[in-house]
Formats: sequence, C-alpha cells, structure tokens
Amino acid sequence: MAADDLIVLRPEGLYCPAGDLFIDPWRPVERAVITHAHADHARRGHARYLATRAGENVLRARLGDITLETLDYGERLRIGEATVSLHPAGHVLGSAQVRIEHRGQVWVASGDYKIAPDATCAAFEPVRAHVFVTESTFGLPVYRWPAPEAVFAEINAWWRTNAEAGRASVIACYAFGKAQRILAGVDASIGPIVVHGAVATLDRAYAASGVALPATHLATEIERGALGHALVIAPPAATSATWIRRFTTRAGPPEIAFASGWMRLRGARRRGGYDRGFVLSDHADWPGLLSAIEATGAERVIVTHGYEAPLRRYLEERGLQSGRFETQFGGSEEEAAEGEALDHSAEVSP
Amino acid sequence: MKAFAALYARLDATTSTEAKRAALVDYFQSAPPADAAWAAWFLAGGRLGALVRTRELRELGQQAAGLPEWLFEECYQAVGDLAETIALVWPSVSERADTDEGLAHWVEAELLPLAKVDHDGRAARLRRLFDRLDEAGRFLLVKLIGGGFRVGVSRLMVERALAEVAGLDPKRIAERMMGYTDRARRPTAEAFAALIASAPASASASSALEHPGEASGQPYPFFLAHPLTGDSSRLAEVLGPREHWQIEWKFDGIRAQLVRRGDGVWLWSRGEELVTERFPEVAQAARTLPPGTVLDGELLVGGVERPAPFAVLQTRITRKRLTARLLSETPVVFVAYDLLESDGVDRREESLSCRRARLEALLAHAPAGLEISSVLAPEANWPTLAALRNESRARGVEGFMLKALDSRYGAGRTKAAGLWWKWKVDPMSVDAVLVYAQAGHGRRASLYTDYTFAVWSRPPANDAEVANTIAAIERGEVPAPEALTLVPFAKAYSGLTDEEFREVDALIRKHTLTRFGPVRAVRPCLVFEIGFEGIAASARHKSGIAVRFPRMLRIRRDKPIGEADTLDALTALLQPMD
Ligand SMILES: [Zn+2]
Ligand SMILES: [Zn+2]
Repeated sequence: MAADDLIVLRPEGLYCPAGDLFIDPWRPVERAVITHAHADHARRGHARYLATRAGENVLRARLGDITLETLDYGERLRIGEATVSLHPAGHVLGSAQVRIEHRGQVWVASGDYKIAPDATCAAFEPVRAHVFVTESTFGLPVYRWPAPEAVFAEINAWWRTNAEAGRASVIACYAFGKAQRILAGVDASIGPIVVHGAVATLDRAYAASGVALPATHLATEIERGALGHALVIAPPAATSATWIRRFTTRAGPPEIAFASGWMRLRGARRRGGYDRGFVLSDHADWPGLLSAIEATGAERVIVTHGYEAPLRRYLEERGLQSGRFETQFGGSEEEAAEGEALDHSAEVSP
Repeated sequence: MKAFAALYARLDATTSTEAKRAALVDYFQSAPPADAAWAAWFLAGGRLGALVRTRELRELGQQAAGLPEWLFEECYQAVGDLAETIALVWPSVSERADTDEGLAHWVEAELLPLAKVDHDGRAARLRRLFDRLDEAGRFLLVKLIGGGFRVGVSRLMVERALAEVAGLDPKRIAERMMGYTDRARRPTAEAFAALIASAPASASASSALEHPGEASGQPYPFFLAHPLTGDSSRLAEVLGPREHWQIEWKFDGIRAQLVRRGDGVWLWSRGEELVTERFPEVAQAARTLPPGTVLDGELLVGGVERPAPFAVLQTRITRKRLTARLLSETPVVFVAYDLLESDGVDRREESLSCRRARLEALLAHAPAGLEISSVLAPEANWPTLAALRNESRARGVEGFMLKALDSRYGAGRTKAAGLWWKWKVDPMSVDAVLVYAQAGHGRRASLYTDYTFAVWSRPPANDAEVANTIAAIERGEVPAPEALTLVPFAKAYSGLTDEEFREVDALIRKHTLTRFGPVRAVRPCLVFEIGFEGIAASARHKSGIAVRFPRMLRIRRDKPIGEADTLDALTALLQPMD
C-alpha cells in the first residue's frame, strides 16, 4: 500500500488522512461520512456526521439526534486538505458514493450500490476515479438480476392469485430500502397494503423526503374481512414470530415470500422455508459490478465486503490492480448470508 | 418442455404435499398424453441414466458463459448444484426462438440421440439445446441428461395424482404402474392412456392365460408389514391367541415378486424394478413353475438354512457384470412365503392359510434356487417366541414376521385386509458425535435434519485430549497420524421429533465451523444414540464399516463428548461374514 493512499484501513474503519475523516466507521470517531443509513454503515456515537441531503430524514429516523451536516449530490466540500463530494449510489434513499480528491488523485468509495432502476432513490451515477473502492456482496457470475419490472409483475401475479384464494400475501424483506422499493413497485389496486411498524417508521421518513408511496395500514388498523386480499410487508424476523399469525384467514395461513438477491439460488430459497422467493436486490449483480468498475476508469480497485477473492482475481486477470479492505460491513440487511439474514433482523418490534 | 419445466419449478418451490399434488393434477390434466407419459415416468423414478458425463456438462457451461475454470468452480461451490450453476451462468439469448416442443419430443428426438453422437458433435448439439431454453428449462435439462433428476415427489404422490385425474382408486393406478419406470420400457402416449383408462387394465391374469404368447409380467402391489414394538410380555394381549398367526423368521434380503406367466419369468424388486437378469439362477428355477403363478418372497444369498448377511447380497446388486465366479460365490435363492396367483387365478382374496396350503403343494419338489420359508411350529407359544427372537442375530435373521392366518393379501400398508407384523430384534446402538449437517428435504427443507455422526478413533486419554482435538478441528488442522480423531461412520435423518429437530437445528447454526456447499461442519458438541439394524465391514467407507438403516434413537445431552463410543466398540459388533 502506497504512502499517499487517499483511503486506508484503520481499526475504526476506512480513513482518509488528507481530510482526517472516516467513511462509515464502525467505532466512534470525530468525523464520519456516511454513505447510507443501513445499520452496518451508519452507526451511533460519532461526534459529527456528513451525509446527503436526500438521506437526512432516513438517517435521523435510524440514528435519532445526531450532529449532521448535509450535502447535495455533487456538491463539493473542502475538509482538511481533501475535497469531498457525494454521488448517487442507487442503493436506497440518500445513498452515496464518496468521492475524495487530493493533489490530483481521485478516490471513490462506493458504499453499497446498484445499477438497476429504483423509483425510491436517485439512480447510480458513475464517477471517474483513479482508485475505486467497491462492495462485492453479489460478486459471482451466478448473480444476475432479472429486470425489476419482471419481478414486480411476478409479485403482482402472486398477490392476485392469493387474493383470489382469500389468503393474505406476506413479503418478508428489509424494513429500510427494499420495503419502500416494493411499495413503490407493486400494483396497489389489487388490494389493501399492510406494513409492519418497523416499515411504517421509515415510510414516514420517505414521505417527508418527497418519495411517493401508496397508502398503507398498520396491522391493527385493518378490518379482518380485508385481510384475505391484503399484501403485508414485514421484516424477516416478524414473519417467523407470532405477529404473522393474525393474517391467517378462513382460507388458511398467509403465503409468505422473501424478496432478496439471495433468492436467486434455489438452496437459499429452500433453506429459508418461504413459500416463494422473489429475486430483488438493492446491490449490484455481477454484470453490474463489472460495468460500474469499468465506468470509473480506475486502474486500481479495492474490494470490500462480499465475494472479495473471486472478484479481485477476476479483475487482476483483466490487468487491473486490486486490493482488499477487510471491513465490518455486511453484518445486517441484505448482505448477511441468507441463513443468518433469516435468523436475526435489525428491527422486530411490531 | 416449458410446461414440464414449470411443473418442476412448482414442485420444487413448495414443501406442501397438498400443493405438490395440485401441481401434478394440473399438469396431468392439461399435458398431451405423450408428454404426460414421460413426465409420469420421470416423476415416478424413471431415469435415462447419465447421457452426458458431468465433466462434459461442466466444460460446456463454463465455456458458454466465458468464465475461467476457477470462477466456474467458485460458482459451483456457492450454488452446490451443477445443473443450477449451468442454468444460472448460461448467457441469456436475446432472441430465443419462441418454439416449445413437448417433453416427449425433447426426450426422444433431442436427448436420447445424444448418447450416439461423438464428443464434439454432442457439445455443439447441447449448446443449441441450452440456447433454446430459459433458466428453468436449462436447469431441468441438466437434471434430465446428467442423471440427477430429483424433485421431492414420491411415487405414491404421482399415483394419487393420476388416480385423481383418472377418477380411479389409487391402488388400481399403483397396480398399473408396476414396472412403468423400468429402464427397458419407454413410456408412450398409449402406455399413459392405459394408466389412466377407466376400463380395467387389459393385461389381467386371466387374459394372460388365454394368450400365453403375449403374457404380461405385471406384478401385484406388495403387501407391507407394520412394525411391532413394545413390551413382549404383552403379546397375547395385543395379538390374541397364538394359533391365529403364521410365524416365520424375517430374512434380511431383498423382497421380491416372482411372476411366471406364458413363456416368461419376471422378477420384481420391492422398488418395482425388474431385476430378472440380475438373478439368472432364480429365473432359471422359476421356469419349472407352471405358467400363471405369482409368488411373493425374499431374495437371499445362501438360502433359508445359511442366510448370508445383507452386505453379501449387496455385492450382487451393485456389481455391473455378473461373472461366473460371482455367481458361484453368491448363489441366490428365492425364498417364497406367499402365493398370489396360481393357475392364472388371482388368489389375493383367499385367506393366508389357503394360500399357504397352495404354496406348500406347489413347492413340494422345488428345484434349486427356489425354497419355501419355514413356518415356526404352532407349539412355540408367545413367551417361547419372545425368547427365540433373541437368537435372531446368531441365526442371521432380523426377527419374526407375524401374519394373521385369516388375512387377505392387501396392497401397500393397508390394514383392511388383515395384519402383517414385522417383529424385529432391538437394533444395535452406539453413542456418536454430530459432526456434519445438511438441510432436509420437502417439509424439512428449512431445517438442518440430515446429520453425519462420528465415533472416536480410540478412547481419549483424558478431557484435555478431547479439548485439544476439538480445538484442532475448529482450526481446521489436519490431524497427526497417531492423533485422536473423530471418524464419521453413519448418516441419519430420522428418529427425532419436530421439536428436537428445531432445537438441534438452532444448535447447528450456532456451532457451524465451516460450510461447503449445503453442508455445515459442526463443532463437536452433541452426542446422539444411533441405532442401526446391521453392520458389515466395508472397504469403501473410511471407518471400515457400513451400518444399515441408521437412525437417531435419542439425544444424549447427559453424555460428555469424550464419552462417545470408539471405533473399536463399533467393530466389536461385526458379525462373522459367513
Ligand atoms: Zn446497504
Ligand atoms: Zn454494505
């Protein structure tokens, strides 16, 4: 590792010496630049936070009262000797890639990102860089996502079929990001939509940020007669708890589906024990990772959380220089391996 | 092919028996008969055999996807299934011709001919086939030609679905389906029509007598016994008077049905596979029987007097070629214990005592290769029998068969025809350590329920040695030659309650050391009592032994890991091989 690297790994997290700042640190620091509000990237306890204006509401909904400075996408801020700007990562509302410029060198840290369209957040924007720090959650060629329209069509068809049979349709997914993307993507004319409390909290933050979502109900607000054609959005842990039993109708227990990139693999679908798996991810698939890396024009790529080894080897074989940061990202949300993702989820309280 | 791929996906996506049955019925109701014929054939267990070798498929997938070999391998490791890996990495063809030939066309015109083409021709052909299919289709294709078709549907389920489609009794379908999946037969639209036809099957026993040249080898469904367990002092109470029962030793062989009709002889295994050619000595002996005879019995090496352990018979089944030496070293006898048809007349509605009398008369002068099972003398009362049962192991048998003398010969596990009991000796057991786990199938697919168990290579010297060994396993170290190790010897997936499975599942997730594919290596922390019904030396197993029907008897939470049994304790249970 060269002495003039703009980003290095410290015990606290990814550190930029020129700006004396950390990106998504996992230990308390003085100055933290937050790529997005998922729990493994945005933690409590830092003295000062910097994030996107688009992500302000969701970040506050997750972290409460913090000292937060915001930037518009593309807006530049001088911190120490570094010039910092945030660029859309297409991952969830407010998610950003962090661009750092210092003495003509440009490094971009991706945070989490996806290339596929998402109605609830700004689309991924490639940023030219000398060095690109990329995630690799789905860094294997078996991960290729179907078009989101096709997945939403599948979800609508499934919901309609269940509704016709008088059974509730439950989708287990992450409360922040995936839940809102599904809400924005489904055909709300099929039936009423019920959300778990954890989802409702974030929906309010999305609404405050100007993201249009269909009307939803809490489980306690919906009349029993309407349950049979309802769509229920809840975090995975809630679907294995007693909370889910209230959606049993005369026609039977609810159909439960899981929406995640992991559902691409049959083994994960089976091990999860869900009735149905929808392949819908907020991370880049293999072709997405490769195209994003290429679009940066970077000759050096540093790989973090996910399938680091295969992605690195593949890039090296294509003449790129590669490195690895052993981060502590990936402990929650979609990045957790499928089994674990089902075992524990961040928010479960109803 | 799309319809069958969709059916496969539907069956694969659910763990509910009801949903699977509904999917099968939907399919059989709408598919063209020629396709349905093949679908029923595959689902009921028919296999094409491996038409294309795994290595070829792997190379093809890798090349088509344009991946380096190591990366394809990484994918395979992550997915754990070759067919799925190929299906997932295969490049999407933007302009897929929207044609959809049926399953029958695929199998007959595209797949079966693959075996006749050379390597290069085959690769080119396969590429075109894959390009014509979507992901679900590609997955199915590899399963069909690679010999790995499995979808969590039992033959019984297929029979029930067909019965529903045909509006017939499932037993009727079961009878017609006997031999349906035999490798030598190819399912046709006519065969499928005959399966679900509302008129009685044409190949009845009597028509076979009338037209001996075209006799059918159709066997009858096997009548199955129920296990008898519990306190042997209560036999009289449970079973009633001793004189109502026919009692025979229970042999540890292969249950089979011998059909002699017209000019032919057919030998069917209980798995409904035609095994006539595997047992030429039995087939030859059976030719001396009068046409229109069907016997139920057991294939056994050595016969009634000196039955050899099952492992010996197994060498006969697994060997591809029957050499003269193998035939002379493992002479197989068909031990008849029931008569289902004589003079071309179905005798299953007669009482067992009637059928037995006919059987004894028929086999009064049986040729070598055919024997009659001996019935225990009626003087042996319940207490005597209970004592005698303990000699089973020394006699090379599994216990007793108890058959009600007034019972008819039913189909399957029905109790309506009268009862048959199998009264086995208590299984052997050892205390073993859980070392690997894999997710179950069907209803239990979300739980880790398939376990591998190990015993100590030798008695541990002390607790410290046990702790060191476990620590070395956790670090993934290769043990030194003399080091204490855990030797895997058996896999088991039954015997626990759902509750217990959930508990053990949670433990496995907590104590996972590494994963490879679907398998988790588990930190040694739990001892189970493992029961099994037979044990034999085996060069193919690392432990040097192979056990039969292992199952979990109970979780031994009271046992520290160090007190699990040793390999010596297992080998001590080995019986002399003769
Ligand atoms: Zn994230
Ligand atoms: Zn992440």
